[in-house]
Amino acid sequence: MAFSLGRFGRPGALVRSDAIQRFLAFGALILIIVFFSIASPEFRQFDNAIGILIATAVVGVLALGETFVIITAGIDLSIGTVMTLSAVMTGVVVTNLGMPLPVGILAGIGTGGVVGLGNGLLVARLKLPPFIATLGTLNVARGLALVISGLAPIYFTSSPEFNNAFMGSLLGSIIPGFDIPNIVLVMFGAAIVAALVLGKTILGRYTYALGSNEEAARLSGVNVDAWKAGVYALGGLFAGLGGVMIAARVNSAQPSLGFGYELEAISAVVIGGTSLSGGEGSILGTVIGAFIISTLTNGLRIMSVPQEWQTVVTGVVVIFAVYLDILRRREQL
Amino acid sequence: MGETLVEMDGISKDFPGVHALADCRFELRSGEVHALVGENGAGKSTLMKILAGVYHRDAGQIRIKGEPVEIDSPRAAQNLGISIIHQELNLMPHLTVAQNIFIGREPRANPSFILDEDELNAQARALFETMHLALDPRVRVGRLAVAQQQMVEIAKALSFDSNVLIMDEPTAALTDTEIRELFRIIRRFREQGAGVIHISHRLEELKQISDRVTVMRDGRYIDTVRTDEAPIDRIISMMVGRTIFEATPEVPEHPDPEVLLEVRGLNRGRMVRDVSFKVRRGEIVGFAGLVGAGRTEVARAVFAADRPESGEILVRGRGRRITTPNDAVRYGIGYLSEDRKRYGLALALDVETNIVLAAFRRFVGFLGMVRAGMTRATAVAQVKHLAIKTPSLRQKARNLSGGTQQKLVVAKWLTAETEILFFDEPTRGIDVGAKSEIYRLLNDLAHEGKAIIMISSELPEILRMSHRIIVMCEGRITGELTAAEATQERIMAYATQRQAIAA
Repeated sequence: MAFSLGRFGRPGALVRSDAIQRFLAFGALILIIVFFSIASPEFRQFDNAIGILIATAVVGVLALGETFVIITAGIDLSIGTVMTLSAVMTGVVVTNLGMPLPVGILAGIGTGGVVGLGNGLLVARLKLPPFIATLGTLNVARGLALVISGLAPIYFTSSPEFNNAFMGSLLGSIIPGFDIPNIVLVMFGAAIVAALVLGKTILGRYTYALGSNEEAARLSGVNVDAWKAGVYALGGLFAGLGGVMIAARVNSAQPSLGFGYELEAISAVVIGGTSLSGGEGSILGTVIGAFIISTLTNGLRIMSVPQEWQTVVTGVVVIFAVYLDILRRREQL
Repeated sequence: MGETLVEMDGISKDFPGVHALADCRFELRSGEVHALVGENGAGKSTLMKILAGVYHRDAGQIRIKGEPVEIDSPRAAQNLGISIIHQELNLMPHLTVAQNIFIGREPRANPSFILDEDELNAQARALFETMHLALDPRVRVGRLAVAQQQMVEIAKALSFDSNVLIMDEPTAALTDTEIRELFRIIRRFREQGAGVIHISHRLEELKQISDRVTVMRDGRYIDTVRTDEAPIDRIISMMVGRTIFEATPEVPEHPDPEVLLEVRGLNRGRMVRDVSFKVRRGEIVGFAGLVGAGRTEVARAVFAADRPESGEILVRGRGRRITTPNDAVRYGIGYLSEDRKRYGLALALDVETNIVLAAFRRFVGFLGMVRAGMTRATAVAQVKHLAIKTPSLRQKARNLSGGTQQKLVVAKWLTAETEILFFDEPTRGIDVGAKSEIYRLLNDLAHEGKAIIMISSELPEILRMSHRIIVMCEGRITGELTAAEATQERIMAYATQRQAIAA
C-alpha cells in the first residue's frame, strides 16, 4: 500500500524554473548578437568580439561570487570596492614591497577573502542585514584602498610580466590568429570552478538550503552561521580575483576605480535568473547575464549611442529581468 | 512497555516576560506512543523543543536510558537518537525530496567536500521502500502538496534511525486516509521498540494511537494516565482545569430569507468547476470536503484573491464585478484565511491598528492624519463586543493566543462593515477551550444577520455549526444537505464522489 504521492514524481517536475529564465536569457543574448551583427559591420569584427570578452571578464568574475551570496537570499554590495582594495594590495606588495608577482596575486585574492569573511561574520554572527553590512564594508574598502595607495595609482612598471600574464594570449600562441587573452580564460576557469562548487559540493548545497529555508537548515543541524560566513568569504575571494585581473588589465592599481562594479555584477546575476528572494540560481545563467550586459554596452557604443543612454538601456534590461522573475514566480503559486 | 527511553525531570524554562515551563516532567518508554496534550500555550511544544535541542532548559535534568545528558543543539539530539517533526513544516522548497531528508548528513564522494548525489537518491529510495512510500526523491519539495511535504518530514525523521520520535501536530494538514497511513507507520515504528511522542489537538486521535497521555496546563505538568483508562472528557477537564461539556448550540430553524450572496457558475482551473450556491442572511453554510477539494479556492475566487475565469457573483441580489479583494471588501465580503499569521494579521502591529486596518480610510481625517480618538473608540467597542482577551490595545498581535488572534481578525472584518464572511478552518490550531468560544462567536454573528460560510475539514465541527452543508469533491459541488439530513457518513459519501461516479 502506498501513499498517493507518486503522481507528483513525474519527470517534468524536475525542470527548475530558473532553467526557463536561463533559456530566455540565452535566447536574448543570441538575439542581441544577431541584431548588432546585422546593424553594424564593425560589431562583427573578431577584435570586437575579443573586446567584449575582455570587458566581460572582470565583472563576470565578480558576478560569480555574487551569485552564491544572492542564492542565500543575501546581497553583497561591497564587491566593487573590495576588488579595488585587492588590486591596491597587489600593487603595494609587488611594486612598493618588491615581492614576487605570485605573492602579490595571492595577497590580492586573500585580501578579498578576508574582507568577504568579515562581511560573513557581520551577517551571520552579528545578524546585520546583508544590505547594511556590505554597504558599510563598501565604504571601508573604498577608504582603505585610498589610504593604502596614498591616493595615487600604483603602476606595475617593475613587473611587466603581470600585464603580460593576463593580457597575453596562450591560445594565440598555440592557434595563430586566435588571440583570446588569458584574462578571458581565467574568467571561464573561475566560472567552471564556481559551477562545480555550487552544483557538486557541500558548500553549494548549503548555499541553496540557506536561501530556501534557513531555519529548516538550522533545525536539521546544519551550522548555518559558519556556512553563511563561508559563502560571503567565497564572494570576497572572487572579488579579490577580480581585483588582480583588473590591475593586470590596466597595468596599475587605480584606488578610485571600482565603485559601481557591484551593481553591474548584481545585474548580471539577476538577468541570469538567480532569484533575489533566494533558493535558486545558476552559474551558467550569471555568465550569460554578464555577456548580455557587456554585449549590449559594446553594441550600443559601436552604434554611437551616447554612454549615458547605454546606462539607461542596461537599467531597463535589469528591471525587465526582475519582472520576468516575479512573473514566473507568480505562475508557480 | 519496555525500558525507559527518556526521563525529563524538574524542567523549567523562562522566556522574557513569560514562565514557559515550571518544574515539568515527562517519561517515555520504548514501544509506546505517548500523547502530550494541553491547550495552546500549555508548554507542550516548548518542552519538546528542549528535548530536541532547539531550546535550552533553565533548570532540570534529562536522562536518556538512565544516563544524564546535555542536549545543546539539534545535532546533539539527533546523535542521541531523538528526532522531531515540528509543527511548522521545516523544508527547503527549492531542494529535492532526497536533499531535504539528508540535509546536514549528505553522503560524500571522494574528496569529502564533494556530494554523492546518486548515493543520496539511492538512500532516499531505500527509505521510502521501508515506508511503502511511492515518491521520486528527485522532485523539488516546493512542487508537493502540503500533506506530501508532511510525509517528507516524517521520512526525514525516520531516516535518523532514531528511537525517540517527537511529532508536533503531525496530522493537522492530513486527510483521513493519510492519517491512517501515518498511524500505520507509527505503529510499525513502535513495534521496533522505539518510543513516539505525539502532540495533537485532536483528542479522538489519541484514543486510536496512544498508550499513555500526559496532560500539561499553563506550563505545568498535570498528570500522566493510561489512554484506555481515561475517557476523553476526563482528559479535557484536566487540560482546562475544570469540567466542561461542549453543549450543542441550538441552530435557529429559519434564517432570514434574504439571499446576501449568490454565486453562479464560478470556474477557476481544476479546483473550482461550475460552482453555484447561495447564502442567506443569518445563515451558516458549512463547506465540507477532503483536503484539496477546492473549498479554499472557491472562497479565494469569490473574494477575488485569485481571479475566476468565469462566473457571476450577486451581492444582495445585484450582480457585482469583483476583480480585486478591495472590491470584495467594498461589497461587504470578508475572507478569514486559515493561515491567520500570514494573511490575517499584521503581527508586529498592535490590537487597535489591526482592528481598523481594513477600514483605515474611514479613520483618516484632515491632511491625511489618523483620527486617533475614533480608532481607539472603535477598537474598544470591538474588544468588548467580541470579548477579545488582550491586556491592552497596544498589545502586539504576535503575542496573543491563537483563539484571540482569530477574534482579532473577525473584529477587523466587522469594522470594515462586511456582512458576508468566509471562515477558512476557523478553529485550526486553536485549543479546546477557545474553540467553543469561536463557535459561540460564529453563532452570534449569524444572529446579528451576517451570512457565514465556514470551510472546515473537521466533520463534527461542520455538523455542529451549519444550517446547511455544501460538500465538494475535486472542485465541484457534489452535494448539499440540511442540518437535519446531515450525517458524517452522508457527507463522506459526497466528499468522495469522484466525477466518473457522479456523472
